[in-house]
Amino acid sequence: MSHLLEVRDLEVKFALRFGDITAIDGASFKLDRGEKLGLVGESGAGKSVTGFSIINLISKPGYISKGKVLFEGKEISSYSDEQMRKIRGNSISMIFQDPMMTLNPVFTIGFQMVETIQAHRNISKAGAEKIALEKLKKVHIPSPEQRLSQYPHELSGGMRQRIIIAVSLLTDPAIIIADEPTTALDVTIQAEIMDLLQELCASDNMALILITHDLGVVSQVTEKIAVMYAGKIIEYGPTDQVVTYPVHPYTEGLIKSIPGNVVNPGEDLVQIPGMMPTLTNIPPGCAFNPRCYLRQAVCTKTTPELKDVGNSVMAACHMRYKGDGRTNQ
Amino acid sequence: MFAFIIRRILQAILVMLVISLVGFSIKNSIGDPVRDLVGERVTPKERAAMAEKLGLNDPFSTQYVRFLKNALHGDLGTSFIYRKPALEVILKHAPATIELVLGSALIIVIFSLPLGMYTALKPRSLFSRFVMGFSTLGVSVPVFLTAIGFIYLFAVTWHVLPSYGRGETVDLFGNGYWQTGFLTIDGLKHLILPCISLASIMMPLFIRLIRSEMMEVLETEYIKYARAKGLSPMRIWFVHAFKNTLLPVVTVFGIQIGIMFAFTILTETVFQWQGMGFMFLDAVQRADISLLIAYLVVVGSVFVIVNTVVDVMYGFINPTVRVAGTK
Ligand SMILES: Nc1ncnc2c1ncn2[C@@H]1O[C@H](COP(=O)(O)OP(=O)(O)OP(=O)(O)O)[C@@H](O)[C@H]1O
Ligand SMILES: [Mg+2]
Repeated sequence: MSHLLEVRDLEVKFALRFGDITAIDGASFKLDRGEKLGLVGESGAGKSVTGFSIINLISKPGYISKGKVLFEGKEISSYSDEQMRKIRGNSISMIFQDPMMTLNPVFTIGFQMVETIQAHRNISKAGAEKIALEKLKKVHIPSPEQRLSQYPHELSGGMRQRIIIAVSLLTDPAIIIADEPTTALDVTIQAEIMDLLQELCASDNMALILITHDLGVVSQVTEKIAVMYAGKIIEYGPTDQVVTYPVHPYTEGLIKSIPGNVVNPGEDLVQIPGMMPTLTNIPPGCAFNPRCYLRQAVCTKTTPELKDVGNSVMAACHMRYKGDGRTNQ
Repeated sequence: MFAFIIRRILQAILVMLVISLVGFSIKNSIGDPVRDLVGERVTPKERAAMAEKLGLNDPFSTQYVRFLKNALHGDLGTSFIYRKPALEVILKHAPATIELVLGSALIIVIFSLPLGMYTALKPRSLFSRFVMGFSTLGVSVPVFLTAIGFIYLFAVTWHVLPSYGRGETVDLFGNGYWQTGFLTIDGLKHLILPCISLASIMMPLFIRLIRSEMMEVLETEYIKYARAKGLSPMRIWFVHAFKNTLLPVVTVFGIQIGIMFAFTILTETVFQWQGMGFMFLDAVQRADISLLIAYLVVVGSVFVIVNTVVDVMYGFINPTVRVAGTK
């Protein structure tokens, strides 16, 4: 049986004046119905580009240069824009980072909800409004009837993000891609929004791709996790496994830098030294090697492949492999 | 919304007061109301008596209040050249100018909207490059050159369009006030060259403005989101991007229409168009101060009224302003 979504060896390039740069370098992951996947990594790691390439909406001058995206077994990465439109906002919805910028300021909430339904279903305005109302109730918006005639600026950030979630539910999608859905919000509201997303995934058996730089959030919400570094997935596996027994030194560093989440009790909270390289000056070998405490000569020469390290985890590290005594704890 | 309208109207009244004060100060220092009434062939003694009778020796403030009162009753002084109330002279010339401005505004809207949007949506196409190049050229060519060029080509060389006057006009309301050129073929033909000439001043500005606004809007998150929702390109361009592009353009359009009234002076002179601009130049040449000031006040009012109306309209289409006005 095919997976709901399968990204196979995806490569995304940006055609810049001085030549192409590779923003995503061979990313692969799978998602099944109702499954929740976390995509984590530092700023610039390529999380958003990965998210947008699933619905083939990478901002110019980006393009998919290699690999495939399969949705329900169909290769949607080779679809025309016309065909892709039937999937965007219909079977696969997106939630953007900043709810203040996402809704069009000059149209009412009702207008923006109705048009979304009508873009995908042959339905009257009244019928569409009924669905909109139902979804607004589902995201626990107070006095939903009133919201339909309101403009975005009349609502708070948290309320707007709830509305955007309601918009993404309108067509009962199979997948929601949420790109840092809470980064622009207050801490208390962040938790509410995450709870809501979890609740909806459970009640509607929706799959979720949660993009965030916050490993803490991912570990609470998702079943699977993909850690990205400089355009590559460097560790991929079940969340509880990866969070408890990180294999790649980068993942390990990320986990150690979460407050109250130290791997070995008694260790101090540590920041990974140095910075992630920009795409134009990725070092030869393993991109993480200048910051790595396990670095050996081989790390500066050959790029490690993503390989099975046991317990359903895949990692790309020369120093960590199946049976090295570390991963089978 | 109501409070917003009231506030805009109060602002408009304030601006009008300033304009009238400036106008009156000029008139007070260099105008000669006695000459306006009786001409130059009177003795100094008669003039002095006349001045006293007209209240010209009263303090400035008293005279200004009187000027305002008269202005409110439609009395803006008497034209020396026409020997008629200045306002009547202006109103007689206004329809010609209004039709010229209206025609030009129409041409601007019809051409700059599609051109501006097209060059924003397809910036790399050959046609877009041509339009942008042409509009750069358009900005730098003065209006009288464009006008003379048009006359030379269309009137002198090809004999397809008339080059001066308004042609055959129709009495619009049957009371002799408004002669319109919009209702006859000949009148329309006469409108073409002057309108295009006048429009050519603002056209490049609008194409560029619409283009840059549209390009900016197309880069926003909400447009990207509209695409992520699966909306069609047509809907994204002509509903989502269009309205956001238009908002700032409408305001600028209002201001520019006002400014166009001033630009009519050149156009009307070149095309011998018997409007307010033509009249203004005549008044300057023959030092008809009362008529000049009346022109200043009338054109100032038109400018202020157009701007106020545009602002209120803007308030209706932009939901953000509407709330700011009511709260
Ligand atoms: N429009 C673009 N033009 C050129 N390069 C781009 C563009 N968008 C993204 N990139 C490149 O792709 C890389 C990955 O960007 P992406 O937005 O996916 O990062 P991210 O992991 O989502 O980071 P953040 O946490 O800041 O959102 C960036 O470092 C940048 O070099
Ligand atoms: Mg991002």
